[in-house]
Amino acid sequence: MRLLKLIPDNTNIGFVRLRAWAFGLTALLTLAAAVLVGVRGLNFGVDFKGGVMIEAHFQTPPSENALRSDVDGLHVGEASLSTFGNANTYSIRLPLPKTTDEGATNRLVKNVQGALSAKYPGVVFNRAETVSSKVSDELIRNGLLAVFLAVFMIAIFSWIRYEWQFGVSTFVAIFHDVLVTLGFFALFRLEFDLNIVAAVLTIIGYSINDKIVIDDRIRENMRKYRQMDMRALIDLSVNETLPRTVMTSLTILLALSAMLIFGGPVLRGFTAAMVLGVIVGTYSSIYVSSSLLISLGLKPQLEAPKKKSGPPDNAERVG
Amino acid sequence: MLDFPRWKVLWIWFVLLVGVALAIPSLMPERVAKQLHVDGLSRINLGLDLAGGSHLLLEADTTDLAKQNLQKMEDTIRTEMRRGDTKIGIGDISTSNGQLSFFVRDVSQLDAAFERARAQTQAAGLSGQRDWNVAVVDSTRIVMTPTQAGLNASVENAMKTAVEVVRRRIDFAGTREPTIVREGATRILVEVPGLQDPAGLKALIGRTAKLEFKMVDMNVDPSTVTAGHAPPGDEAVPNVREPGEAANAPLRYWAVNRRAILSGDDLLDASLGKDENSQPAVVLKFNASGGKKFARATQENAGKRFAMILDGQVLSAPNIEEPILGGTAQIHGSFTTDSATQLAIALRSGKLPVNLKVIEERTVGPQLGAASIHAGVIASIIASVAVIVFMLVTYGRFGFYANLAVVLNIFVILAVMAILNATLTLPGIAGFVLTIGTAVDANVLINERIREERRRGRGVIQSVELGYKEASRTIFEANTVHAISGLIMLVLGSGPVKGFAVVLLIGICTSVFTAVTFTRMLTAGWIKRHRPTEIHI
Repeated sequence: MRLLKLIPDNTNIGFVRLRAWAFGLTALLTLAAAVLVGVRGLNFGVDFKGGVMIEAHFQTPPSENALRSDVDGLHVGEASLSTFGNANTYSIRLPLPKTTDEGATNRLVKNVQGALSAKYPGVVFNRAETVSSKVSDELIRNGLLAVFLAVFMIAIFSWIRYEWQFGVSTFVAIFHDVLVTLGFFALFRLEFDLNIVAAVLTIIGYSINDKIVIDDRIRENMRKYRQMDMRALIDLSVNETLPRTVMTSLTILLALSAMLIFGGPVLRGFTAAMVLGVIVGTYSSIYVSSSLLISLGLKPQLEAPKKKSGPPDNAERVG
Repeated sequence: MLDFPRWKVLWIWFVLLVGVALAIPSLMPERVAKQLHVDGLSRINLGLDLAGGSHLLLEADTTDLAKQNLQKMEDTIRTEMRRGDTKIGIGDISTSNGQLSFFVRDVSQLDAAFERARAQTQAAGLSGQRDWNVAVVDSTRIVMTPTQAGLNASVENAMKTAVEVVRRRIDFAGTREPTIVREGATRILVEVPGLQDPAGLKALIGRTAKLEFKMVDMNVDPSTVTAGHAPPGDEAVPNVREPGEAANAPLRYWAVNRRAILSGDDLLDASLGKDENSQPAVVLKFNASGGKKFARATQENAGKRFAMILDGQVLSAPNIEEPILGGTAQIHGSFTTDSATQLAIALRSGKLPVNLKVIEERTVGPQLGAASIHAGVIASIIASVAVIVFMLVTYGRFGFYANLAVVLNIFVILAVMAILNATLTLPGIAGFVLTIGTAVDANVLINERIREERRRGRGVIQSVELGYKEASRTIFEANTVHAISGLIMLVLGSGPVKGFAVVLLIGICTSVFTAVTFTRMLTAGWIKRHRPTEIHI
């Protein structure tokens, strides 16, 4: 039986030679993502914005405009509507009621649900969520903290394990991965909620995983070929690990695609973020983080390993 | 590297079989598990997003607590100073500036007053500090200031009671398997699977329980009292179920006077104490009017029993041994420290010690939950099949070993989750899919390395050995960084993020065992048996 080989043996692609282009593209992507997030903003769900979310499943797809005017007619504040998974399901997000008394949010939810039930018979309310601004502030803070901590801890890990250049290059690449993912969410106005934070953290973990495998190989080759030019050495390492990188990314993408297509609407945002993260992470592992090591001045270790015992070579000897 | 002694092989298979066995109860529907009498085994809980239900996060407003403490202390001091043979005259009690200060009329009694006030303070926390500082000012006034340790202890106490009160009220409504846990210093998380009406739940939590003290009618033979059958002027009240009592055992009833001698408002505090024989006891403290009512009742009814009734259930019906005049009563008898604490908490749980506010509320409908499970399971199966086929066509025999490892890994993760009683959420299912991917990555690393070593012209055995050795280092590093992000999610994340992190972390640990150790064992066994000179990889 002939086994499948995605990448031919002994490839010799000059990744390092392309680094000027790769850096340019990366910088461009990062900048574009940052501008998108800054200008368009992220479409925060109730987890991060606070407010009320009601998910309603209708018998037949309602017209969005009619639905909007129905909700607006209740004078419950500015509603934001979006379909959820299919045209029959809508998520309706509303601001928290101004009054602080206990029952106000309950009445608001009942009010909206009652009005919709009367207008659209057979409507089913799948979910109702209320998050106070206090909790949403905390969720934002903890989410940001988690992402930053993860990036820093992992960069510190690579720094301790290898040289500082590895820490910095990993940090830059991860920063790019996270920003591009956020930019994607800003571009398509996908709802950004707690699940997406979990996805971003996983992307960080996965992307680092990819870089560690290549970094590990670079280290191994640095010990093996002490005289080799750094560019050649990095190209060799990336090429040697290329079959694994492609194979793993494809396997995970395969698993994620199954999730994306069959996993139901609730997980769709999460898996979409993951798919994008895996693609971006693989790109930055191959083209960015390893080539960046050269720009950061990683030098081959030319000095020979220290002798364990015996007099130094230049010691005077008495015969 | 490829040398596996027999005991090791047996041990690895044993661990995997135990894993599969422990995972099975969680995979059965609850109904089937009941029929096979394995429903007692630990199972994985389904999160609210899968089971449907309500989630409420309550926050206590503890700002009132300091004020309440002052009020309580004022009441206590008033009763204490009047107690015993020598009454101490005090006046001009003030509670301004967060301090309690009062004037002692007779200077010669100042030391005695100081001692009595001091006796009302308690050790707070581990630092050895008291909960109140007592000082004499101007040689005539005593000033009591609450300490920070005391305030913290009272918040802690109030929260414990509040959790208990919330639990009682929800249990009272008979909802099934609610989760009620303390979160952080001042929050309570309430999760009720299956419940669709959070408004009803909130009303239930906000409801005040009714605590009453009533005299037991001693002329009635207890065995003749049943529900609704009591002599005129009396009512039949069931006894609360003792812990360990069967849920369907017949209730014991008490015949008690309809008229209450005291209400819950008269009770200042109930706490764990010790009687003269150093046995656990419950100490009741009444306010001024409550103390008077209780004194009168105990004078008139010495030798009889009184019943403490919470929400229509008798918690305890102790015998009155002697008239209790001081406003402080001690209930002793066959208490253990646990049962005395339980009774004290139950007595305190008449009203919430703090105001609770809902700050987060989520309800998931049952259809959505069921649809999510369905979709999640289908997606997981498709993902697994896709990965398995992909591995098989790429690595042949070695891919088959990896696949076996992945499937066993899924069972082992489920088993560990069942043992830990962990909760599976929707992001947890996504975590599963990702774990399948990363576990496979370990085998990809190993197999690619073996291919590479073969290409360099090494022999079969040496290639396999080197492949495992070199890849293990990389796998260890990769897993470490994964674990770092998993731990961060576990600590900082809430709700869905946590559910994801749990699966991820368990998966990292178990996949090292299945993807590295287990496949190495299989490969080693095959090589030993067949001594291949060429491998397809």
